[in-house]
Amino acid sequence: MKNEGRKRIWAEYQKEIADDHFFYVRSCIRQSFFPGSEQFFLNFMRNVLGKDIYENPSHTTCTGIGYHGDIVPLATIMTVVARHFALMTEAGYKNIAISCVTSFGIYTEIIETWKHFPGELEKTREYLYKATGREFNIPENMAHTSDIIYKFRNEIAEKAKNPLVNRQTGEPLRVIEHIGCHYSKMFPKYGVGGAEFPHVLSGMAEAWGGEVIDYPERRHCCGFGFRQYLVQANRGYSISNTVKKFDSMKPFKPDLVLTNCPGCNMFMDKWQYTIREMEGTTYGENGESIPVLTYEELAGLVMGYNPWDLGLQYHMVQSEPLLRKMGIEFDGQDKFKTKDGRQMPLPKNLINVV
Amino acid sequence: MITGNVVVVGGGVAGMEVAGQLARSGCMVSLIEKESSAGGHIKEWHHLFPDRRNSMEVTDYLARQINHDNITLLTGTTIARMGYGKKVFTVDTENGKSISADAVVVATGFDLFRSERKEEYGYGIYDNVITSADLEVMFRNGEIKLTDGRRPEKIGIVHCVGSRDEKVGNIYCSKLCCITAVKQAMELKEHLSDARVYCFYMDMRMGGALYEETYRESQEKYGINFIRGKVSEVGETIDHKLIIKVEDTLVGRPLRMELDMIVLMAGMEMSKGGEQMAQIFGLKTGENRFFAAADHHYGSNESNVEALFFAGSCTAPMNITETISHARAAAAEVICYLRKAER
Repeated sequence: MKNEGRKRIWAEYQKEIADDHFFYVRSCIRQSFFPGSEQFFLNFMRNVLGKDIYENPSHTTCTGIGYHGDIVPLATIMTVVARHFALMTEAGYKNIAISCVTSFGIYTEIIETWKHFPGELEKTREYLYKATGREFNIPENMAHTSDIIYKFRNEIAEKAKNPLVNRQTGEPLRVIEHIGCHYSKMFPKYGVGGAEFPHVLSGMAEAWGGEVIDYPERRHCCGFGFRQYLVQANRGYSISNTVKKFDSMKPFKPDLVLTNCPGCNMFMDKWQYTIREMEGTTYGENGESIPVLTYEELAGLVMGYNPWDLGLQYHMVQSEPLLRKMGIEFDGQDKFKTKDGRQMPLPKNLINVV
Repeated sequence: MITGNVVVVGGGVAGMEVAGQLARSGCMVSLIEKESSAGGHIKEWHHLFPDRRNSMEVTDYLARQINHDNITLLTGTTIARMGYGKKVFTVDTENGKSISADAVVVATGFDLFRSERKEEYGYGIYDNVITSADLEVMFRNGEIKLTDGRRPEKIGIVHCVGSRDEKVGNIYCSKLCCITAVKQAMELKEHLSDARVYCFYMDMRMGGALYEETYRESQEKYGINFIRGKVSEVGETIDHKLIIKVEDTLVGRPLRMELDMIVLMAGMEMSKGGEQMAQIFGLKTGENRFFAAADHHYGSNESNVEALFFAGSCTAPMNITETISHARAAAAEVICYLRKAER
């Protein structure tokens, strides 16, 4: 792959990412399954970079999963999103930082719909006002939180204690980057680097010392695909997509998978467990599975955060092989202890733990 | 014989032909070409469809056409400004020349679609993804090889790159790419008899003289495989083979195939030079961004500006036969206009 060609494409997809004063909206999946990710983001932005980030406890789900599952109508989801914008407007913010790629896709789709069909915007204003008495402004700047980490990737690199380098061999770690479909595949202009050769995650991996791998099924769906999973009878489609993707990346011997979408992270993580249970197949080296990390988790590791504070133990595929390669010291006994030292129940069948 | 000064903008096939025709009729012609020599795209092409004659034969003909005392060829020249008053154009060039003309012919041709804009095909990113124009250069050099020097064994030809594609803003058909693909597929087989060649097409548009016959020959005599489906993406395997995804719409199944080389049939677009002329001369353009002729049926050389005419593929994709015919028609229009003006 020629870098000059990728750079030319990236130059065409540079979006403006606000520098400060964000209205932050959480992700349903991320705050449940990878709680350390959002925690790292808020801590990094507020305490390391000194930025102003506000979140409102009245913020709700965007209903994106219901929308893509065909149970929430468009008018409803537009009104829910309008309410989020109203919360932002009432708090005096103009920049929105969105933690979830599904939500990010929903927001971009709705804003584009309003641009092309102004009548829909007026109807939404009316619905929201009748239901809640609220009014709203459309955000002046809309960024996914991976855009924001991308923007500050060099600041993270400057603070790196554990660059993405195999401590034993000195070689860069081999990174699979996987963006969520709804990040830029619907509207490439909203994604850093566009849809075909996105730069948002590869830019981070390279800035932190890793080597990004291009493999044949790089653009393929993680396997979630909403209805492919949500309708139980379709789950064979879901997992067979994941098998196709991992079969394709395996020969490249990746050290980790880096994602920016909650669904992708969840499915590329958990389906590895399922595939291993179903047919005994693993995709990492030495019979191990490949750790799947969010960009905040990876940034945290690079900056020297404790892996268990980042919540890596909540993944199905445990990250020990990666931690060893990066030369990160950790105590496996602390994995499932609370902050005040109480032992939590231990999960069975942890993958990648000897 | 007729008298009059004419500026012809563009020294490709159309510009050279119209200049030659006008000069032979008695006009004094200034032929303006932005490149260092006249000839246009055809200079880069090796063989021409449908009969695969050497393109040099046509360029030699065109060179003879403009070898006339009445023609001043100004290469490396672009137009900066234009004024029109009292039935006379004043054309100022970027390098400080000022030319008076009774009529102007715009023959700015086309630009090849920049294939890197179809990001999913990986042109400029993956080795061995090339364009139809790149392949002609290889034909001319007499050697078809991969970047590592090996001979390709499996080659895919992708039709409609930048044509009939709403995503890139070109909904029109470039018209020449299908027959170019057929010609190049046959030539590939002539160079590499063991190679397997696959054409991925949406529709085979074989509307020109001898096109359908050539298409049939390519299948019966050369064994070219035609697969009806649009390539959705190109990637690379661990051993640096190209891998494509495509739907075979006749079989109704998705298809994945490893290839050594991919040739992209780049479509035609309004040229950058043409866009500049549209601004300078205030010329109307159509939805396809090519110049809009005054009438599709009986005024395809006439513009919205008095005494300014179009010749060739600056108005729509055309093959060389059509371009030369259109250029001759433009010359006839200019002569007709100058005669009327004389009266």
